[in-house]
Amino acid sequence: MPEAISRNDWSLHRKGPADQQRHKEKIRDAIKKNLQHIVSEESIILSDGKKILKVPIRSLEEYKFRFDPRKHKNVGQGQGGSKVGDVIGQQASGDAGQGQGEAGTAPGMDYYEADVTLEELAALIFEDLTLPNLQEKKQQRLEAEGIRFKDIRRNGILTNLDKKRTIRENIKRNAARGDARFKDLRQDDLRFKTWEPDVRQESNAVVIAMMDVSGSMGDFEKYIARSFYFWMVRFLRTKYNNVDIVFISHHTEAKLVSEEEFFTKGESGGTKASSAYRLALDLIREKYSPNEWNIYPFHFSDGDNQLTDNELCVELVNQLMAQSNLFGYGEIKEYRCAHSSTLMSAFSKIQDPKFVGVTIEDKKDVYSALRKFFSPREVPASAE
Amino acid sequence: MLSDHETQELGRAIEEIWEIGRRLGLDPFPTHFEVVPAAIMYEFGAYGLPGRFSHWTHGKAYHQMKMMYDYGLSKIYELVINTNPCYGFLMETNSMVQNKLVIAHVMGHCDFFKNNVYFGHTSRQMIETASVNADRIRSYEFDHGEREVEEFLDAVLAIQEHIDPHVHLRQPPTDNGDERGRRRRQPEGPYDDLWKLEERGKPAPSEEERGRRRLPEQSEKDILGFLMAHAPELEEWQRDVIGIVREEMLYFLPQMQTKIMNEGWASFWHARILRELELTDDEYVEFSQLNAGVLSPSPSKRSINPYYVGIKVWEDILRRWDNPTEEERRLLGREPNQGLAKIFEVRELENDVSFLRNYLTADLVEELDLYVYELQDDEWVIVEKDWEKTRDMLVQSMTNMGYPVLHVEDGDYRGNRELYLRHAFEGRELDIAYAEKAMQHVYKLWGRAVHLETVVDNEPVLMTYDGHENSARTLT
Repeated sequence: MPEAISRNDWSLHRKGPADQQRHKEKIRDAIKKNLQHIVSEESIILSDGKKILKVPIRSLEEYKFRFDPRKHKNVGQGQGGSKVGDVIGQQASGDAGQGQGEAGTAPGMDYYEADVTLEELAALIFEDLTLPNLQEKKQQRLEAEGIRFKDIRRNGILTNLDKKRTIRENIKRNAARGDARFKDLRQDDLRFKTWEPDVRQESNAVVIAMMDVSGSMGDFEKYIARSFYFWMVRFLRTKYNNVDIVFISHHTEAKLVSEEEFFTKGESGGTKASSAYRLALDLIREKYSPNEWNIYPFHFSDGDNQLTDNELCVELVNQLMAQSNLFGYGEIKEYRCAHSSTLMSAFSKIQDPKFVGVTIEDKKDVYSALRKFFSPREVPASAE
Repeated sequence: MLSDHETQELGRAIEEIWEIGRRLGLDPFPTHFEVVPAAIMYEFGAYGLPGRFSHWTHGKAYHQMKMMYDYGLSKIYELVINTNPCYGFLMETNSMVQNKLVIAHVMGHCDFFKNNVYFGHTSRQMIETASVNADRIRSYEFDHGEREVEEFLDAVLAIQEHIDPHVHLRQPPTDNGDERGRRRRQPEGPYDDLWKLEERGKPAPSEEERGRRRLPEQSEKDILGFLMAHAPELEEWQRDVIGIVREEMLYFLPQMQTKIMNEGWASFWHARILRELELTDDEYVEFSQLNAGVLSPSPSKRSINPYYVGIKVWEDILRRWDNPTEEERRLLGREPNQGLAKIFEVRELENDVSFLRNYLTADLVEELDLYVYELQDDEWVIVEKDWEKTRDMLVQSMTNMGYPVLHVEDGDYRGNRELYLRHAFEGRELDIAYAEKAMQHVYKLWGRAVHLETVVDNEPVLMTYDGHENSARTLT
């Protein structure tokens, strides 16, 4: 008979997985090219604890000549009893940021959504970035000394006998001779647990997040600062065991606030940045000794500082830098000209390579700001 | 992994099913079954053919299918390849009843492949062809770099649907413009060289003469074929890649044109054959559940289940030709008990478009709960339940496999070898954002400016991509 049945060995067949790998690479490349948009993507910054993120990727859609799916009628099938006027579905909103669109079903939403974990994304963003002025030796300390049983050996002291494994070895040996029972224990069967002292090294970093909350700082400015701190903390966590972040908001006076207050509350009034720097210095003195902590003060402001305060600011920033790994200053100015007399121009005198200043005018500048803060560079060792 | 015992049982089941099927009138190609692991099943599903060329879009499809399977969201039970002999793939993890159903279903498909007229021109050695094609593409990757070949394939695949299903019906060209087509059509006989004597000594047409001739002579639907033959700046390997994609699409085309008929036919027969098999009660329950799963409305409500629609139409034809009404007897002279003869005739002659146009009745539209819907604001709303309008909309949506019909009008537009395409507008507008990107792909193949005449907001518009930017202007 012509009909036949067979089986083959497919275990070495790799075509599908290989092409799938290529597709993954393309997603990765596309994400890298899009990082400046993705970094400030609202759905990511505001995704507390969500592990898998939907990242819109426009370049991986398979473009063809096709009919406009929004404009033409089509035929569907119901379970019976449908009537004219019945609503059979919702068009997902066109907002890419929501990450819930049906990819490719409507114009303007012509993207492919890739599932990426936050870690993968962070790894991509920080792939070639480093922590400048990482003062490793000084900050390392022994955190805990304990005992962990990690290994099994044939010799040891009897108190450490691993009974379960010993019995298993015995049965195995007997089974090899056709009688799988526990009997007739020999030296060969014995297994011992061995331990090692458990020494872990802990490195600490603290981000002192400072932000101007005076009347001139709007939602946009706060959102930019938030995006920035979001990634910065994630980056520092890849380098340090412990990353603390403290929030200082200021107008003419500075105070320690909670994260939520930091990003949501606004106040009116003028601006004295020096108040924040002074509070930061106090914190370092009281809580975050530079001997134990890598310190990263960052300050976001729109730059409208009281002119009389600028001199003092420069002075305090110099003091901060002496104790910190890096001092970052970000000036956020949406739709504003860059010429006005600002804090940034006051800081322009600072020559210390620990000082990094950036101007952010648009969401997508967050990525370049991150890159600027953390780009590999030579920083002379601190004098201490 | 299947035990030898189970393999033997499957072998017996195939024998039994084939016997029943033949007795009922099925006439399939000889069929070779193979039991494969799930990953392989999904790979064949994603690529369309075992051993087909590598491309990231295949990897994307593979990943999506496999993920659906791993999450338990969907499962391919059956996969069959239109070749002679046919290849049917059974999934290792299928139960015995599932495999029996699949075997009977595959038999229906193989009968359809062999006997439906639209498959008459498909290559029956496509597995070998596809794997030779894949080897050639692989060798081009070695010669020209993987990225280069990949990007070229990106462009070709973007327009892969733009071929002519009736290319084999064409008149031989009167000039030497389509050398490839003619060579394939007619094998040269021992005396054919006599005809060429006449042409001896004649000078080849000068560049000028050829330049004045219109290219193409008539509107050309086979855009891939046109680009392959006439794109000014392609290298030989690039023309070959276009040829490969075109050849494989011509092979897949009849399957796209007969999806509803073919799935309906296979489902119709798997149900009949399994009812004749001796199944235990448990097996019968499992079979009924499986069958009910295959034959239920699509859960999305915005598409139809081709298996379900197909089998219902076949059953209806059978019933109406077995038991014609008084009126049908009197007016159409329809004799009773002609059902089987009728369905075999229909399976030979129709494709989905004609099948639905001729046999989807008012009662069926009602029973299957088919309707027309459209987007109103942000909601999909049912706007039509009239059976004729619904049927016509369904037929329209399948015309040209659901893709817009484009023709090459001019390969020398503005005397500058620019490419002029025209969308055969029938009331449905293009997705402009997509069309702009697709034109960039066509530009990569043609090498010069590409124009597309279409209709936007009821106005004729000429879209252009010149290699730097997309633009559009209203035609007056």
